[in-house]
Amino acid sequence: MKRNLLAVLAAATLAAPAFAQVATLTGAGATFPFPVYSKWFDEYHKVKPDLQINYQSIGSGGGIRQLTEKTVDFGASDGPMTDEQIQKAGGAVLHLPTVLGADVPAFNVEGVSELKLDGPTLAGIFLGTIAKWNDPALVKLNPGAKLPDAAITVVHRSDGSGTTYCFTDYLSKVSKEWATKVGKGTSVNWPVGLGGKGNEGVMGLVKQNPNSIGYVELIYAMQNGVPYAAVKNKAGKFLKASVEGVTAAAAGVKMPKDYRVSITDASGPKAYPISTFTWLLVYPKNPDAKGEQIKAFLRWMLKDGQRMAPALGYAPLPAVVKAKVAKTVETIQ
Amino acid sequence: MSAAAAPARTSPVERGGIPVAGPRERAGDRLFRLTVTGFAGVILLAAFALAWQLTRGSLQTWKAFGFSFLTRTVWDPVSNDFGALPFLYGTVVSSLIALLIAVPLGVGSAVFLAELAPRRVSDAVSFAVELLAAVPSVILGLMGIFVLVPAVRACEPFLSKWLGFLPLFRGAPYGIGLLSAGLILALMILPYITSIAREVLLTVPRPLKEGMYALGATRWEMVRSVSLPYARSGIVGAAFLALGRALGETMAVTMVIGNTPQISASLFNPAYSMASVIANELAEAAGDKHLSALIAIGLVLFGVTIVVNGAARLLIYKTEGRK
Repeated sequence: MKRNLLAVLAAATLAAPAFAQVATLTGAGATFPFPVYSKWFDEYHKVKPDLQINYQSIGSGGGIRQLTEKTVDFGASDGPMTDEQIQKAGGAVLHLPTVLGADVPAFNVEGVSELKLDGPTLAGIFLGTIAKWNDPALVKLNPGAKLPDAAITVVHRSDGSGTTYCFTDYLSKVSKEWATKVGKGTSVNWPVGLGGKGNEGVMGLVKQNPNSIGYVELIYAMQNGVPYAAVKNKAGKFLKASVEGVTAAAAGVKMPKDYRVSITDASGPKAYPISTFTWLLVYPKNPDAKGEQIKAFLRWMLKDGQRMAPALGYAPLPAVVKAKVAKTVETIQ
Repeated sequence: MSAAAAPARTSPVERGGIPVAGPRERAGDRLFRLTVTGFAGVILLAAFALAWQLTRGSLQTWKAFGFSFLTRTVWDPVSNDFGALPFLYGTVVSSLIALLIAVPLGVGSAVFLAELAPRRVSDAVSFAVELLAAVPSVILGLMGIFVLVPAVRACEPFLSKWLGFLPLFRGAPYGIGLLSAGLILALMILPYITSIAREVLLTVPRPLKEGMYALGATRWEMVRSVSLPYARSGIVGAAFLALGRALGETMAVTMVIGNTPQISASLFNPAYSMASVIANELAEAAGDKHLSALIAIGLVLFGVTIVVNGAARLLIYKTEGRK
């Protein structure tokens, strides 16, 4: 009996290297791009069966921490790492933009299906200084709409999130008061409102509470069929968020060398203002063959992967950015 | 430990006097004793390791704010300004609301199940109650969002109309808030209280009850003066076990409490609990100070649970002592 057990154990140990022939890359981070990332890693495994990419969507903060501790091969984040964080991670981390997303202000006001908002008004609502739907600022922007004399119920995310980062980053740019009072971050100290957990939590609260407004990811608003507001961009045009508008926002921004750039409130007549990149975080130098594996995947992502993004509600990178990123990918070792 | 082990060692000899207790058996006993001692040790070690890790992880926060962390009311991850009081308040108040609702309900239904219902009905209902305890909290949370919260929202205007003279029942009817959190927690802890209280009530010796009846007592008098006093320490224990569960409950509360760190007199207003803020913000807490503050909240929660359990022990000890 014991001998049999030993034999089985021995066989198992001998068999183990056979499994190891499938190389694995592990990554962790942002939850926002998870649907498109998991699709990519799945499809890429079909193209290249000897490489398995394992991605855990534990949140941007967790991704940055795990990358810093080198427990994963790559990280992913919806907000760029700060200089301090990069120092901690050894001084150099490449930020490679993969896709783009957008936040939309979804609202629930009886009898109103179209709403126009500009930056200062949106900031006023979330600061609590614009507390009623028939506030002069709102009436001025929406002369035709039947806005009720009712208090605005503000809904925001309660969990730390890249969606919140993008939204508060935008508000900080368009409102001085917001920038000094609240600021930007994955979690902030909200002056007013209810906190819902996740996009679905915010959506649920907006749907259930009459006269409410909250921000959710574009794809979420599209799937749920709730009305969302058109937002005035830097060029003065009112735009409802769309995949094209988000890509236009990315094209309309001057790209720095390290790609750590915010594209909220971008210029360009077609640019939707509350848009953001999401990044893969990669070390410029990687051990063993991992550098080559990451490089090969990124090449594929820029070529074939990008085409899969719009179907999942993500905006693909504009051609200019794609060409630039392709060059950076080649420097990975 | 050794007192409990002693009878076990002699029992094989006593049983019919067959001398099975050879040296091998003794070795087995010893092994058994060491093993279970080890298991108990692991539990203790885990508790200490937890406290140690929580303390170590939150040192930065304690250094920055000292004990004023417990009394500060700001929570601003952007400017790294943190205080635990709103979360402490939300956790304690929502748990107390739950207890206030669930204890009378739970003990009442346990009395019915133990004293009034026919045995078969009682067993069937108890089984259903235990099933309720097995419902995952995220499911209860979803039910909270889609059923409980709209119902509470519909009720709140009436509550403030009739009871609005109390500051507890004033404010805008969002549906989401402390009241909903307390209600959903009450639902979650009810099965614990009911099933433990029923078991305890079933252990009340029959002669005691029959003695009461012989004296001409009604059923209510019997329950009040025999069953409940006899089962008191068990029921108190059940209530504290339930309270412990309520304090640490995360998911269902997060979904209905409104997640706003504020302290307000009204139960209608949104609030925040300690477990919720950890669950909400930990994954995206990129800054060290933010992370440390969240771990500090974890330590405070750990402390609150210890205090509650200590109080439960003390209370049970006292009620037992009085008997």
